[in-house]
Amino acid sequence: MASRSPALAWMLAAVVVAAGVIPILIPSMATLVVLILAKGIVVLGIIILLQAGQVSFGHAMFFAAGSYTAGFWGKYLGVGDLMTYLVVGPVVATLLGLLVGLFVVRYREIFFGMLNLAFSMVLWSLLEKMFHLTNGADGMRVPRPTVFGMTFSPDNFQYVLLYLTLAIAIAATFAVQRFLESPTGNMLRAIKSNETRLEYLGVSARRILLIGYVISAGLGGIGGVLVAVAQQIATPEFAYWTKSGEFVFIAILGGVGNALGAFAGSAVFELVRFYASAQLANSWQLILGVVLITIILFAPNGLIGLWKRQRAARDES
Amino acid sequence: MTATVLLEARGLAIRFGGVVAADGVDLDVLEGEKLAIIGPNGAGKTTFLNIATGYLKPQAGTVRFLGKEITAHRPRDITRFGIARAFQIPQLFLDHTVIENLLIAAAGHSGRTTLMRSLRDLPERSEMENLLDLVSIRDVADRKAGELPEGKRKLVDIAVALALKPRLLLMDEPTSGVASSEKFAIMDILVAALDKQRVTSVFVEHDMDMVTRYADRVAVWSAGKIQLSGPPAEVLADPIVREQVIGI
Repeated sequence: MASRSPALAWMLAAVVVAAGVIPILIPSMATLVVLILAKGIVVLGIIILLQAGQVSFGHAMFFAAGSYTAGFWGKYLGVGDLMTYLVVGPVVATLLGLLVGLFVVRYREIFFGMLNLAFSMVLWSLLEKMFHLTNGADGMRVPRPTVFGMTFSPDNFQYVLLYLTLAIAIAATFAVQRFLESPTGNMLRAIKSNETRLEYLGVSARRILLIGYVISAGLGGIGGVLVAVAQQIATPEFAYWTKSGEFVFIAILGGVGNALGAFAGSAVFELVRFYASAQLANSWQLILGVVLITIILFAPNGLIGLWKRQRAARDES
Repeated sequence: MTATVLLEARGLAIRFGGVVAADGVDLDVLEGEKLAIIGPNGAGKTTFLNIATGYLKPQAGTVRFLGKEITAHRPRDITRFGIARAFQIPQLFLDHTVIENLLIAAAGHSGRTTLMRSLRDLPERSEMENLLDLVSIRDVADRKAGELPEGKRKLVDIAVALALKPRLLLMDEPTSGVASSEKFAIMDILVAALDKQRVTSVFVEHDMDMVTRYADRVAVWSAGKIQLSGPPAEVLADPIVREQVIGI
């Protein structure tokens, strides 16, 4: 945790260069990289909650809140600006996070996870059933927005979106890492190891968890806006429990001990899905399942943990 | 000379099913003293600490701290009033280092829940390092609490409580689980630290050697009541106490 090793900084640099350069060489990868980064931003939020030992199986609701903000804006207010979406989407998700958080932070473990799931499924059914407002299962189109008031061609737009997403992902990674090192971030980890003692220090564990929850909801909103804009659509599936499960899956895959794990996990997840679904249209989930089982059995600290362990072994020899 | 009454319990009663832990307990803790509570196993000594810190609510009776009623308050509020607690089994953040455990306590005490400043750079850091010196565990400052032997963990647990700058420290068997050869060393360190910080203390204790050597006053808790209290030499010489509590 809280690793400031130069090796990690180099790895971050490598990831940034890869994410920035590969899509120039292979333009068809641009949208895929945006999805990887955007989902990684959502997973940062999952990682924050996992510090406190809590797993949310409903975090897709905040992701959907961000996506649908862009969708509603396009339908009712006309084509908006990406910057507006990136401000309003996370604000909506944060407010929803505060509202839901006030309930769920009273619970722990399975109750916390399931209550989150229940809230997200309420949102899913609202999005699906209120079709006059939301277009139901068809979802809401998200037309290509302007950026700082400028209109871009589809080709240029995908690069603008890519580099903006990359910049947000870097900023979010540093901010989250910083947060985890702060007193509040450390108190989140203290909830996991000894909540009773935390209360005996005069600290409200619920308040600390609420702070983490609201931040993680905001991150979900940012990711939701970016994915909706990249795919030009927001559908009720964005709030469905399988989506929430996907985020938790990615977090475990990447490793929860470090903010970079979110992006490592997201990259592997999306790439496996991309190539496996091309080869095995109906059984790509099977391959993902095998990948996850392998990770849990052989690298319980995720990809980042695996990498750190190898470095440690090399430093010793 | 009358010392200030720091903690004042009146008529405390609580039972768990058929077990009567307290049935009209009256007990005062005076500013500056070291009060030992002794009694047979299961008499309710720990229950008293649980009530005084708000973890349990008594079925009857009141607890006042500096004249203010605290009976119905939560542990975190009572902590903020100035009562800290050390546990029989050390309650630490095992994934954190020793200094981080203290810094989390310091942050909790000052209400410093800033998001962008690192825990390790808190202004209280040097103060916490001094506290580690005071309880002689500076050498393990950067070890994870989970890796330490029980004796050290006990001292960390007490240091975490002292990081809250309490007026009153409640301790549950500060030397239980520690090898008997280390007990006096740990208590020497602890008592010196309490004196230096001018913290009033209450400790539940089984070991009569500890009581004789370190307590200013002893209260005997038996059959749900305080049977007797006074200077250790006097109380421990009482024939009933010798028979029922010490078991001679």
